[in-house]
Amino acid sequence: MNNLYTKTAMELIEDISKGKISSLDIVESLLDRIDKEDSSINAFVHLDRDKIIKDSKNLNGSTSKLKGIPVAIKDNICVEDELTTCCSKILEGFRPPYNATVIEKLKEAGAVCFGKTNMDEFAFGSSCETSCYGPTYNPWDTDRVPGGSSGGSAAAVANNEAVMALGSDTGGSIRQPAALCGVVGLKPTYGRVSRYGLIAFASSLDQIGPITRTVEDNALLLQVIAGHDKKDSTSADIEVPDYSSFFKKDLNGIKIGLPDEYFAEGLNPEVREKVEESKKILESLGASFHEVSLPHTEYAVSVYYIIATAEASSNLARFDGVQYGIRRQKTENRRQKTEDRIASGAKSHELKTPLIDMYEKTRGEGFGEEAKRRILLGTYALSSGYYEAYYLKAQKVRTLIKRDFDDVFKECDFIMTPTTPAPAFKKGEKINDPLAMYLSDIYTISANLAGIPAISLPCGFTKDKLPVGLQIMSKPFNEGGLFNVGYAFQQVTDFHKEKS
Amino acid sequence: MSPVIDSKNIEYVAKLARIELTLKEIEKITPQLSKILDYINKLNELDTEKVVPTTHVVDLKNVLRKDEVKKSLDRKKALQNTPDKEDGCFKVPKIIS
Repeated sequence: MNNLYTKTAMELIEDISKGKISSLDIVESLLDRIDKEDSSINAFVHLDRDKIIKDSKNLNGSTSKLKGIPVAIKDNICVEDELTTCCSKILEGFRPPYNATVIEKLKEAGAVCFGKTNMDEFAFGSSCETSCYGPTYNPWDTDRVPGGSSGGSAAAVANNEAVMALGSDTGGSIRQPAALCGVVGLKPTYGRVSRYGLIAFASSLDQIGPITRTVEDNALLLQVIAGHDKKDSTSADIEVPDYSSFFKKDLNGIKIGLPDEYFAEGLNPEVREKVEESKKILESLGASFHEVSLPHTEYAVSVYYIIATAEASSNLARFDGVQYGIRRQKTENRRQKTEDRIASGAKSHELKTPLIDMYEKTRGEGFGEEAKRRILLGTYALSSGYYEAYYLKAQKVRTLIKRDFDDVFKECDFIMTPTTPAPAFKKGEKINDPLAMYLSDIYTISANLAGIPAISLPCGFTKDKLPVGLQIMSKPFNEGGLFNVGYAFQQVTDFHKEKS
Repeated sequence: MSPVIDSKNIEYVAKLARIELTLKEIEKITPQLSKILDYINKLNELDTEKVVPTTHVVDLKNVLRKDEVKKSLDRKKALQNTPDKEDGCFKVPKIIS
């Protein structure tokens, strides 16, 4: 057998249905592939082989939707009793006492949870370099980053170490690595997928979504994980359509907007060229293109880095060494006695109890550099005297950004842009310049701020054989429409079939 | 241009965030955050006097349910990850010194 690891979920499900193969055959094929390949990619951070094999054998999956297909899981999604660490030292050894809703849904649909994938610590990053387990390498060029934060999920799928994977997207963390690794990544509409059990980064922006090699597989995986959940009050009580009904080969009558602001200065010429070629392909399928404007685009990164860090600083307050993860304590002789400090004129807010000492030491040692930077930025933006200037201001500009999209969607069904301004950058290139790193998300951030769905599709390669991603955005809850465009595009292109 | 924030600000914010920073970290992070805030200040170009802030993109309604007793997380499971526990409770260092 075994080139099973190269097949798509749709192909594998058909083979299983015909009795040609079993879930265990697929799992063994992938584990074998990981043994050979993952030492140079580092896509997986936790992989309990015995558990995976046991789960695969114990399926009574022949009637289920996913029939024992393995799905790799980003390390910030809780899987009961399996290591879930957000690739952070502060969560070392954490085994959640419950499953995220998406995991419950995957299990009900007959999927096998296939290991935890590498990511930027707490999803803070665009390069997968801030993981406490070391970086993931781009399978197309291991001197380059896979993108982030779901870099492990994207690299695993691109390198055939996983059939499908879940990622999470707060400002581009599914789409940007999907683009840089040459796979399909979808950020669903805010509220389409339950966030219960997703370790929160920025609660008003986070969404879980699928990373796959084909649009059909992507739709299949969204079908399984989407839907209302009583455990997440922000999940939408809106019916989930049958996404396979959107697999149509033509795009007749469909209007696609091209926003000026996404094709301005700073766009890599090779990326521009591939996106322009994609436009011609979509036109040949029946779509019409229109110039549109999203005038507040240039403010999106600023708005995002206030809102996302402010929400993160609040969400990450729970990592304090009490309920889970590591605990660090100052030794008694390093602590100044309270009486001595009062005597030396310390103000009341400067007095520390052993508990507060423990918090500070634990968080100081447990969080990596980027996590600290973001918590500090978010805390600053929310602190007394700065709240209005930063946080409230950002929320107001968020309204303007959302209005831009509402206006365009009155005229157009979709908006098409590059997913990233450039192909995969070199390891280490941006790690010491946080602002340059933040600007690599310039095209993906707005969809999170507006809450709309967006997909990244492989749309070609640079001369150096680096993948380029095409982003399509749409109105809230029109994931089906994105699958229509993506499916039609993949029927007439082969970019998604090329191997690293 | 003078920096938007200095190391004193960072020390204060770190205290609010309950994070112990080394001197080296403060020296590295201060100019970085200063540069980021300088970029963010771009937002001041916009007049937002009459704009309503967006806290959430979806129309949120208050979700109510009946107040019924349901099975909750087992105590042993809830405590399975804590670095320190005693008598079925999370144990922490002294709160009053």
